[in-house]
Amino acid sequence: MENTLDIKKIYLSHFADFEHSLNGGKSHPIHQLRKSAISNFSELQFPTTKEEEWKYTNISPLLKHSFEPAKRIFKDTEIKVNHYLFDKMEHSLIVFVNGFYSKELSKIKDLPRGVIIKSLADAIKEDHPIVNQHLGKYADFKNHIFTSLSSAFVQDGAFIYVPDGKVVEDPIHILFLTFAGKNKIFIQPRNLFVAGKNSQSAIIEHFASLAKDDIYFSNSVTEIVTEENAFLDHIKLQEESVQAFHIGRMDVHQERNSNFVSHLISFGADISRNDFNSRFNGEGGESMLNGLFLVEGNQLFDAHTLIDHAKPHCNSHEHYKGILTDSSRGVFNGKVIVRKDAQKTNAFQENNNIILSDNALVNTKPQLEIFADDVKCSHGATIGQLDNDAMFYLKSRGIGDDKAKAILIHAFASDVVRYIKVNPVRDYIEGILKSKFHEDQ
Amino acid sequence: MLLEIKNLHANIEGKEILKGINLKVNIGEVHAIMGPNGSGKSTLAQVLAGREEYEVTKGEIIYNEKNLLELSPEDRAREGVFLAFQYPVEIPGVSNTNLLKTALNEIRKYQGQPELDAMEFLSLIKSKMKLVELDQTLVSRSVNEGFSGGEKKRNEIFQMAVLEPKLAVLDETDSGLDIDALRIVANGVNKLKSEKNAIVVVTHYQRLLNYIVPDFVHVLYKGKIVRSGDKSLALELEEKGYDWIKAPSDSVEVA
Repeated sequence: MENTLDIKKIYLSHFADFEHSLNGGKSHPIHQLRKSAISNFSELQFPTTKEEEWKYTNISPLLKHSFEPAKRIFKDTEIKVNHYLFDKMEHSLIVFVNGFYSKELSKIKDLPRGVIIKSLADAIKEDHPIVNQHLGKYADFKNHIFTSLSSAFVQDGAFIYVPDGKVVEDPIHILFLTFAGKNKIFIQPRNLFVAGKNSQSAIIEHFASLAKDDIYFSNSVTEIVTEENAFLDHIKLQEESVQAFHIGRMDVHQERNSNFVSHLISFGADISRNDFNSRFNGEGGESMLNGLFLVEGNQLFDAHTLIDHAKPHCNSHEHYKGILTDSSRGVFNGKVIVRKDAQKTNAFQENNNIILSDNALVNTKPQLEIFADDVKCSHGATIGQLDNDAMFYLKSRGIGDDKAKAILIHAFASDVVRYIKVNPVRDYIEGILKSKFHEDQ
Repeated sequence: MLLEIKNLHANIEGKEILKGINLKVNIGEVHAIMGPNGSGKSTLAQVLAGREEYEVTKGEIIYNEKNLLELSPEDRAREGVFLAFQYPVEIPGVSNTNLLKTALNEIRKYQGQPELDAMEFLSLIKSKMKLVELDQTLVSRSVNEGFSGGEKKRNEIFQMAVLEPKLAVLDETDSGLDIDALRIVANGVNKLKSEKNAIVVVTHYQRLLNYIVPDFVHVLYKGKIVRSGDKSLALELEEKGYDWIKAPSDSVEVA
């Protein structure tokens, strides 16, 4: 624990430097959030595997590094982003390099009147009322040391606001590029998306590393509000370095009749932990959570989801799938709470995993807590190998062992990917899957 | 000789199912293998296709002058062996066309032929679809997923039509089909029958043989072929039932 304390001290001293650098920014109301978050941070301890929520995810490797806060790279125009863009997609692109907004690399299209896509830092500077109203209201940091850290260092990230009744036809692509090089850096993107009444939009949060094996720590928090009857399609795509640490959290606050679709497609990091919390705050809400992770080597992927059916007549549909090889680890912990008043709730939850080696391991824990009596809920989890009958069938048609495996793994993954409605993103992900399984050869 | 099975014994989970099968199939011939439930018909079909769960304990299978038992299932297929499954497997997420294109090109690669491009492949499957009256939507759907029993069986024959095997083993392709579906399947098979291939039809019922006329009929019982003859044997079986076969061979075993 000595070590952990030291690491905490290091973060605290980084905060002191950060606060110092804020200069006049300290008088901004957001700074109150930072201050209470850092004092909360100093009270908390980094979790160990003794805690139920972290039982299978040992973060001690993360605590061995002393990460430095990332600095803005001024020559970011030299960075080639083309590789990370989706083919044939008309969209707004907002790029962050090491957590900082890059005006040069971003390309915001003409947007419907009132729609805002911009850097959170700029929005804070402008004292934007929507930011002041919502930022920090949903991602509760009280018992969460990483959210405390994020809230203490709130600085930049994406701020998207779609006013009432507006439809943003083209998807919004947020690209978080990390370029750590030899420096061990931490980046803390902080995002806020507010979808107004009857609005519609699609947002892609895309995390990528310029180098495959850079060591960095990305601690991201995204808060999402869907107002009445809003429709929001969200995709989180993780292509991190295999030596990176990613702690991600998303909190969704759904008002009456709103519809939220989430896709999490992850190719992992060294350790990646994704917390997803959503709350139905009005009747008639609908949410779909689709997840797919593929890990190999010694990667660990952990998804913790919590869907809170606080109001009646809401539907949630959750399906997470994992594909694991080598000595990789997977954790799925999905909790659905149906509150006493939440009658006529429909909640479906399923987690399926395929393990392709003897040393890979998945811990899955679907949980239902139901306090209402007129509900339809189901959950289930499977962990298995590839289906023998299907393998034999393919082989009996002349398809070799490796190719048959690749076809079946890809089919298993496609079952999640095919629900992604933004076609260019789906094609991009299909492309990654194809090259991963060498199906083209 | 295309196929010669000599004294074949096979087990599953330690239980002996095949107890000395002998069978010779020449190119251009149609053979029917009949027998009551549990006689080992499907086991024979699965062993020919190379299913690992079945352990061959004795005997040999010579196919096209090669030791078939030494070939992997995929190499058997590449050498021209095709099994139409009794219970075709559903594979969600893999389209029929993707399966067939991959399979056909793997087979062609093995045989030293150039792979077909997308256009060539499409025109090939279009012509073959007509054979079994399969429509486009079914062909582009996931393999057998949500297909009716008849559609699954037609899909097997469709695959056979595309892959053009030398030896096709049809495992109870007729069971569960209504008479219309049976006609479609049998018509398809008859059109595929040629002087360059051989077909082994495994069936429980004589009915199919009204449509696919065999040159030879063999009756399998308790893991052995207990009687062989021409198509009239099938008619005799239909008339007298399997008890006619069971009685004498049971008594032989007792003695």
